[in-house]
Amino acid sequence: MTHYSQPLEFTGLTRWFDSALRSVMPDFWAIFIELVIVGIALLATYAVIAMILIYVERKITAFFQARIGPNRVGKYGIFQTVADVLKILIKEIIHVNKVDKFLFYAAPFFIIVASMLTFGAIPFGKGLQAVDFNIGVFYVTAVSSLGIIGVLLAGWSSNNKYSMIGAMRSGAQFVSYELSGGFALMTIVVLTGTMQLSGMVETQRYCWNLFNGHIASFVAFIIYLISGHAETNRGPFDLPEAESELTAGYHTEYSGLQFGFFYLAEYLNMFVIAAIAATVFLGGWMPIQIKGWDAFNQIMWYIPSYVWFFGKTGVLIFISLWVRWSFPRLRIDQLLNLEWKYLLPINLVNILLMVILVLSGLTLTQIF
Amino acid sequence: MEKIKQIILDAVKEAVFDDKEKLTVTVEPQKLHFLLQTLHDYAELPFDYLVYLIGMDWGEKLGVIYLLSSSKDPSQEIIIKTGTSDRENPLLYSVTDLYGTAHFNEREVYAMYGIRFINNPDMRRFLLNDDWVGFPLRKDYDADPALNPVSVESKDIIDTAPRIVETPDGKLVEETVNIFEDGDYIINIGPQHPSTHGVMHFRTSLDGEVVKKIDVHSGYIHRGIEKLSESLTYPQILHFTDRLDYLSANINRHALCICVEKAAGIEVPERAQYIRTIMDELNRIDSHLLAWSAHTNDLGATTAFIYGMREREIILDIFEKVCGGRLIINENVVGGVMFDIYPEFQKDVKAFIPYMRDKLKEYDRFFSHNVIALGRMVNVGVLKKEDAVSYAVSGPAGRASGWSCDVRKYNPYALYDKVEFKEIIRTEGDSYARYMNRLDEIEESLHIIEQLIDNIPEGDYCAKTKAIIKLPEGEYFQHVEAGKGLFGVYIESRGDKTPYRLKFRSPSMALVSVMPLICENEKISDFIGIGGSMDYVIPDIDR
Repeated sequence: MTHYSQPLEFTGLTRWFDSALRSVMPDFWAIFIELVIVGIALLATYAVIAMILIYVERKITAFFQARIGPNRVGKYGIFQTVADVLKILIKEIIHVNKVDKFLFYAAPFFIIVASMLTFGAIPFGKGLQAVDFNIGVFYVTAVSSLGIIGVLLAGWSSNNKYSMIGAMRSGAQFVSYELSGGFALMTIVVLTGTMQLSGMVETQRYCWNLFNGHIASFVAFIIYLISGHAETNRGPFDLPEAESELTAGYHTEYSGLQFGFFYLAEYLNMFVIAAIAATVFLGGWMPIQIKGWDAFNQIMWYIPSYVWFFGKTGVLIFISLWVRWSFPRLRIDQLLNLEWKYLLPINLVNILLMVILVLSGLTLTQIF
Repeated sequence: MEKIKQIILDAVKEAVFDDKEKLTVTVEPQKLHFLLQTLHDYAELPFDYLVYLIGMDWGEKLGVIYLLSSSKDPSQEIIIKTGTSDRENPLLYSVTDLYGTAHFNEREVYAMYGIRFINNPDMRRFLLNDDWVGFPLRKDYDADPALNPVSVESKDIIDTAPRIVETPDGKLVEETVNIFEDGDYIINIGPQHPSTHGVMHFRTSLDGEVVKKIDVHSGYIHRGIEKLSESLTYPQILHFTDRLDYLSANINRHALCICVEKAAGIEVPERAQYIRTIMDELNRIDSHLLAWSAHTNDLGATTAFIYGMREREIILDIFEKVCGGRLIINENVVGGVMFDIYPEFQKDVKAFIPYMRDKLKEYDRFFSHNVIALGRMVNVGVLKKEDAVSYAVSGPAGRASGWSCDVRKYNPYALYDKVEFKEIIRTEGDSYARYMNRLDEIEESLHIIEQLIDNIPEGDYCAKTKAIIKLPEGEYFQHVEAGKGLFGVYIESRGDKTPYRLKFRSPSMALVSVMPLICENEKISDFIGIGGSMDYVIPDIDR
């Protein structure tokens, strides 16, 4: 395999840093310091991505809705979210009397921790992945589904009927769509033969999984987008917090930073879903490359891998926003019908189809 | 009418006829229910549409005026009066079993006049608290603030209702009933809730996500407009009309203007008629656009909401240029309009018509055929025609149930007999029919404006009126077709510059009164959606 020049990657920097640390201290401390730095870096990325996402969503939504959007704080309102974050940090947390104190205060942390845990396994770029599990796909699905505990706790402990209904809806919705999402990812695991996210990216060097498994992959991709959208509780699947019915659903009683946690987690979950979809179906951080076209490939590699990653993720987020701001909300029975009567059966057949495709050598890479 | 007179005499020999423009009958309370039943079941022309139920204090007597009409031919009207001279414990018979709309109206009469209705299933006060001292619309009401101090205490809601039932052997039994069953999961939708379209309070018992029963509490913004009107002159009262259904502000005001003009014999200049009609139709488009927006928003489509607002803005701009007001526009006055149209008015309106047509197509593409939207509206909240008539649900909602009830058609006022337009009628009676009716009515309104806009005659825009308008003694009714249905004004004048009694018949009250019926066994999300499709405005109910 030809090696292309990659001037803007972080791999050199991280490697140099690692060896520099190891040369002055024992391995244990070197790793310890690296872990701390990685942790801080992830937290910072987490916050920054959330702020960017909120700004982008507000602007894009405004564009969809024939509005202007934030335009007062800084040019084009780019510091609007910064101002909002500062505001929410210093806002009073209103203590509600008749709640289950422990669960009430613990709930936001469940949610935020669940979405944060997935961050460790997402490959943001070449060498920009904190932990590369050999069961990466499984890990991501598992920890992101922890968030539902937070939602249920919040709804239950708030001692509010609206919250309760919201949480129950959320529970039904999340558990159902988790199935579809999981099966859609399984379909691709069948195709690539690995659960390791870095391995998945590597197999998509010349052909994205989306095209590699053609019919089956397309179906899986669509289902994953739908169920991912549903898992993030965003319109048209925003029943748990349907503001026109349940005021704010499970987080009705929360205020200040606690509410901020829910809000942040919602945005980050949207990012996580898009990031996983980009990694699994659209080649992740891998630049577009065509076998044999070395010059073209070299040009593509000049664009750093993290730009590719964020670009692909961005496109998926845009689609998600588009859907959100176009459709009215489903009703709970319609929502569950869609999952149990349509998506799940299609999904099961789809996996079978993928197995047949792989075994009979009908995937694109096997044909050509 | 002679035939009906005969039927009334056959039913009640003692009925007293008044010599009035409308057929007016006075009967004893005991005979009332039988008479109404006879008229209600009269096969040839069933008087099954109770337009008004007006409480009255005639001084010596307390009573009720019923204005009955027929769903077959709404232009036929009978006025029936009944009363009791017992001011301590006035009792009349309820007609709730015949007319669904009587329920809330009788409760309102109880709150305002203290008249209780025998056999009404739920005799709590409507609009007022149960512990209110005195009955405000009685002429001997003591308005001392010390009697009803502003309470800052939080009161628990007690879900029981008193009622008086007549046993088969003719005895009256007072009893208390529970509104909900034991162990019902009750949530309060409102008074502060994003989708009640105002300060409305629905106590709702749920079975999972399914609505079992709805109990309507209203009156959070009750302002006593009818009471206040009794001490104000007619031009002063005009300003209240805008604040009822604020979305049909101009149309409401038009109703009172016509009523006063007819009573006082004021001739309205032709130019003012044109301006009034065009402004009414613009107002209707504005009202329907907001209804459409709010409905889509209730279904969770925020973008559609903003689209409706975008188009509405243009109408509001035109209003602003005409008279300075945007929502509450104070355009109609007794005798004509307050301001003449501005020079580019015709140009602006003519530019708006094709623009709005284009946008209607966009709404159609964007929302009306969306699969989720259809799933949320088709066969949801079905209102049958009988129920629509019984609950007096007029307007786009009534017409969606297949009932032809457009006042502009059967009882034209202003210029509606000169223009050509279709009455939009659908028979499905579901949310979707109501939704589509509104969009189609926008198109019809555009069509009406189109016919008028180029023909506005020159001349005065307001007739000269006396500084103090006194109406001759008598009873005056006037209905108009507001954005939400039949809006009516009733004035009883005793020759003064202030009315002796003034009643506004609000279309929204009928819309809300039918909500418990059509929302039963629907999902809670659909309850919100149905509310959006009914499009009630709370200040219109609370008055």
